[in-house]
Amino acid sequence: MKNFEFIFAAYTVGWAVFFVYYLTVIRRLGRAEEELQRLKEMLQGK
Amino acid sequence: MGRSRQSDAVRMGLAVLVGLLVIAGAYAIFFVAPMEASQREIQRIFYFHVGSAWTAGVAFLIVFIANIGYLSKRAPMWDRLAVSSAEVGLAFCTVVLITGPIWAKPVWGVAWVWDARLTTTAVLWLLYVGYLLLRSFLDDPARRAVASAAFGIFAFLDVPLVYFSIRIWRTQHPQPVIAGGEGSGLDPMMWRVFLFNWVALLGVMALLIWKRYRVEALLREVEELEVEIAWKEADAASRSVLAGQNN
Repeated sequence: MKNFEFIFAAYTVGWAVFFVYYLTVIRRLGRAEEELQRLKEMLQGK
Repeated sequence: MGRSRQSDAVRMGLAVLVGLLVIAGAYAIFFVAPMEASQREIQRIFYFHVGSAWTAGVAFLIVFIANIGYLSKRAPMWDRLAVSSAEVGLAFCTVVLITGPIWAKPVWGVAWVWDARLTTTAVLWLLYVGYLLLRSFLDDPARRAVASAAFGIFAFLDVPLVYFSIRIWRTQHPQPVIAGGEGSGLDPMMWRVFLFNWVALLGVMALLIWKRYRVEALLREVEELEVEIAWKEADAASRSVLAGQNN
């Protein structure tokens, strides 16, 4: 297949962008859940 | 709790469906869509590049609608939807700006030219980066929501400019293939493969916005709890001062 490296690069890098973005969202979700739990416990402890 | 589990199950079901659409779409791109006569194989980037561009346009349209919704109703859900959609739209716009030059290099001989279409798209990317930066600079949730909504409405003005740029000006970027008037058009099978892949990308967009919206909702809950704790601490401090004065 001619220009295979360009087609491969476009699809690989493109999907990698979505995947990396998804990972950042998951990480932020985990942090927010932890923070929320910590604050709830703090509030209950008062 | 039950509702949350139900929501997780729906999201999981949608994720599986979108995953299957993406796989079937990739198969259609490489094994079903006919070969384009002049560009040959490299034209297969079209399905991802243009599909991502259209999806970014939809995401930015959601931002625009949510911005207007927030300014007219002042309901926090509009602000959450706007920022979630802006981030996801930016991810799709990034893909457009990466796949475009990769496609251009073997076809044009250069990866980038400062023509109207490429420049307005780069400006679009910068505008939504600016939108997210503006939000990160403002701590007060109400001010942040109003300022970013106003900026978001302004930023959206570039979307029709991107769309019409190849219709108004002569550009290195190809003239419109879809809805481009006489002499333009896609092979019917290419058109079907394109639409199928666009639906798959819209599904990816919807899932990402949904997940990102959840983050934003939790962050607002965190902000509210922080305010509540600060009030309680201030209240407890003033009570202890009063108790000290009474003693």
